Amino acid sequence: MEEGHVLSHSVQQSAAAYAIIHDKFGDAVTAFDANETMPFFEVLNTAVWPEIALFMRDNPKLKFNYMACLSGVDYQSEDKVGIVCNLESLGQLNHKIAVKVKCARTGGSIPSVAGVWHTANWHEREAYDLFGMLFSSHPDMRRILCPDDWEGHPLLKDYKVQESYHGIKVPY
Amino acid sequence: MQELDIAGMGSVRVTRKGNNVVILEKDLQTEQMVLAMGPQHPSTHGVLKLECLTDGEVVTHAEPYLGYLHRCFEKCCENVDYPAIVPYTDRLDYLAGMNSEFAYAITVEKLLDVEIPRRVEFIRVIVAELNRIASHLVAIGTYGIDLGAFTPFLFCFRDREIILSLLEWASGARMLYNYIWVGGLAYDVPADFSKRVMEFVTYFRPKTVELYKLLTENEIFVKRTRGIGIMPADVAINYGWSGPMLRGSGVKWDLRRNDPYSVYPELDFEVPVPDGKVSDIGDCLSRHLVRALEMDESLKIIEQCIDKMPSAEGFNARSAVPKRVRPKAGEVYGRAENPRGELGFYIQSDGKSTKPLRCKARSSCFVNLSAMKDLSKGQLIPDLVAIIGSIDIVLGEVDR
Amino acid sequence: MPLLMGNSLNAWSEALVGFTPMGLPLGLVILAAIPLVFIALYSLTYGVYGERKISAFMQDRLGPMEVGKWGILQTIADILKLLQKEDIVPTSADKFLFVIGPGILFVGSFLAYAVLPFSSAFIGASLNVGLFFAIGIVAIEVVGILAAGWGSNNKWSLYGAVRSVAQIVSYEIPAAIALLCGAMMAGTLDMQKITMLQSGSYGFAHFFLFQSPIAWLPFLIYFIASLAEVNRAPFDIPEAESELVAGYFTEYSGMKFAVIFLAEYGSMFMVSAIISIVFLGGWNSPLPDIGSFALNAWTNGPVWGAFWIIMKGFFFIFVQMWLRWTLPRLRVDQLMYLCWKVLTPFAFVSFVLTAIWVIFVP
Repeated sequence: MEEGHVLSHSVQQSAAAYAIIHDKFGDAVTAFDANETMPFFEVLNTAVWPEIALFMRDNPKLKFNYMACLSGVDYQSEDKVGIVCNLESLGQLNHKIAVKVKCARTGGSIPSVAGVWHTANWHEREAYDLFGMLFSSHPDMRRILCPDDWEGHPLLKDYKVQESYHGIKVPY
Repeated sequence: MQELDIAGMGSVRVTRKGNNVVILEKDLQTEQMVLAMGPQHPSTHGVLKLECLTDGEVVTHAEPYLGYLHRCFEKCCENVDYPAIVPYTDRLDYLAGMNSEFAYAITVEKLLDVEIPRRVEFIRVIVAELNRIASHLVAIGTYGIDLGAFTPFLFCFRDREIILSLLEWASGARMLYNYIWVGGLAYDVPADFSKRVMEFVTYFRPKTVELYKLLTENEIFVKRTRGIGIMPADVAINYGWSGPMLRGSGVKWDLRRNDPYSVYPELDFEVPVPDGKVSDIGDCLSRHLVRALEMDESLKIIEQCIDKMPSAEGFNARSAVPKRVRPKAGEVYGRAENPRGELGFYIQSDGKSTKPLRCKARSSCFVNLSAMKDLSKGQLIPDLVAIIGSIDIVLGEVDR
Repeated sequence: MPLLMGNSLNAWSEALVGFTPMGLPLGLVILAAIPLVFIALYSLTYGVYGERKISAFMQDRLGPMEVGKWGILQTIADILKLLQKEDIVPTSADKFLFVIGPGILFVGSFLAYAVLPFSSAFIGASLNVGLFFAIGIVAIEVVGILAAGWGSNNKWSLYGAVRSVAQIVSYEIPAAIALLCGAMMAGTLDMQKITMLQSGSYGFAHFFLFQSPIAWLPFLIYFIASLAEVNRAPFDIPEAESELVAGYFTEYSGMKFAVIFLAEYGSMFMVSAIISIVFLGGWNSPLPDIGSFALNAWTNGPVWGAFWIIMKGFFFIFVQMWLRWTLPRLRVDQLMYLCWKVLTPFAFVSFVLTAIWVIFVP
């Protein structure tokens, strides 16, 4: 945070929420990035992610009961893929925050939070389908948008489309 | 008499006569039938496959299979400039094109430094609300058809024709508009637009009453939808539901009020939430009621906008539209209240290029539909149709 | 003039009776069959046209307008189109059942026309248990529907067929009891005699509907039950378009589809005719004699009779269409609830009350 730069009210609320999480989990999470458009923090120790998620949902000062979105992102320069979760406390405490979790680009896996927010169930399937990261202990890990026997994960930056699918020529 | 369990025949009650075993009764063990509704089916509202396991008429398991309308929206977004994504957003939820464009425009504008002219804001709200009414008319009409009432569908479409011609007059297209651009609008509205819109508002007010009497108050319709597909509020929030679905479960949450954008804070309108008198809270009838009552609120919003809108003197709709849309580096999650729920865009920009690094569309129908599997356990097949109709999905948005 | 026509009709029918080539009663067969075929076909043609126009006007649109003035020739164009379509039988379908299903369906609904009196001079088969025959023979439709649904080898058709069988078989009970109330008031099951007992110079006042204070109850019960018998909305679950694509006739196309449609509109007219005969006087004119305006005498006669019963039939067809385009459809269990827990008890009640009325009131 810059000196003398006043953060907006909503970013301050997110920073307060982050402080509670940082208190409990310390080094498992990075420092808070207090930008105006989407304040976020990243989870460094991915094995603790479901625990952090449960804490964020159930702690009476946090109450992040609503997951607005879980997007897969390809960080090609870091050789990683990751997810960005936008969480909100709907109707309760009115603060929002975003969480990033990254893993290795090939063969990486992130623990699933489908048991914490049901929204994550299909969003994680979509992230797996389009980016290739596995979500361990997901109740139903399979592709959702592409056909089940599709090769490759389309939204990766270096994705090359397959030549043919069941005898149909794919690239046009 | 004793009971045996004979493989392949289920439970059997037998008695013995001398050396023989005589079968008295059999519990008929019937198999569950696998029934695939769709992808082509009159009432799945698009290409959706629902694989159901049924025991007679009772559905024990209904799983949606998506992807039949996947058109790689997110991959396309990474290859075109920010302004060129607007027609793609139209085609997500094609019944509510203006609202989808609105959501996208306000998200990108968060990363830009533009001041949107006031008249642009009001026109955006007017066309978005008109499109909301049109979308709800389709939802209500097709819901009637799913349940066998053929006539309200035609009444709804007759009124929707008027809205579509108004929107065609403003933007040039009836359904896929490319009208709300990043930073402004494509064109200003025509000279007599306000007058015609007010005529429509006066014409349409009694029609909502007529539709209410014909469909919503009909005894058979109520019997088919009341108490069906009940979703408690906290489970709905956990599933990520938004829009009329969440309001039907009793949660008063409307992004136009709770996370306001554009000129909505200046407008006076109610957020209808059913109170359990006519319907059970969280059932299909509540969700239908929310849509039916929202149309009246949209009419109120349109009237206020027409009153408050500044004049067109010296107005250029494209005055704030940047020549090159090059947002600053960063990421943003922006959202708007679509007729079907919350349409959100997660945009990641690297500050140098005119194309987004990542543009994810968080679609309301995708999230609403994910609860289908749990909502449909133990329902009858006609009730399954009633539940899908009340979720009001548009496959363009589900599959993107 | 009508009297003269009546005499010549009688002369023709006398002549045809005598037409027995090789000892076979061919003349009688022609006599009975041709008018019935015409009636069934016309009821289909104008039934379908009427449905499309009436539904269109109720839905704020125009309906068929292109073929012929106001689209009158539309159904004929449709029939010509269906006649020349390829006859498709799905490979995995049970061919025998698939093919005879529509046939049995049509035969079942058409056989009842034999006992309907279309005028005092014309009834196909004057059975003295005509009403009983009409109620019973319609049950053959159930076999046809099952054959069509099972033979299509399609899960959706099977659903539609099974629902339809349950519906038709259940609703036969209140329907039969309600009709028996009318038979009680007449004291006979012979359709022609039931109609003749409702004739008189006061026109509609002689109709059974107005002859007893509780006759409206069996009338209403039979009307609702007959909607279920012919699979019309709000009881059209077997053909529920939005759930089952087209129910038991999903796989049918071309001429077989036309035959099923013919059967449906034929049954619609048949139940309308039955309810008009038993409760509304059949071929009697509803106009009363008012003083010197002997309207009843002027509008009664062999040809007038045919006109009246067909008009009454069309009126009920109109009401059936009106209900179809207004109401949503009932769910299967709500439908069964309506039959067994509402209509049947009321039918029994009306049976007892009618019996009391008939016995104690001269």
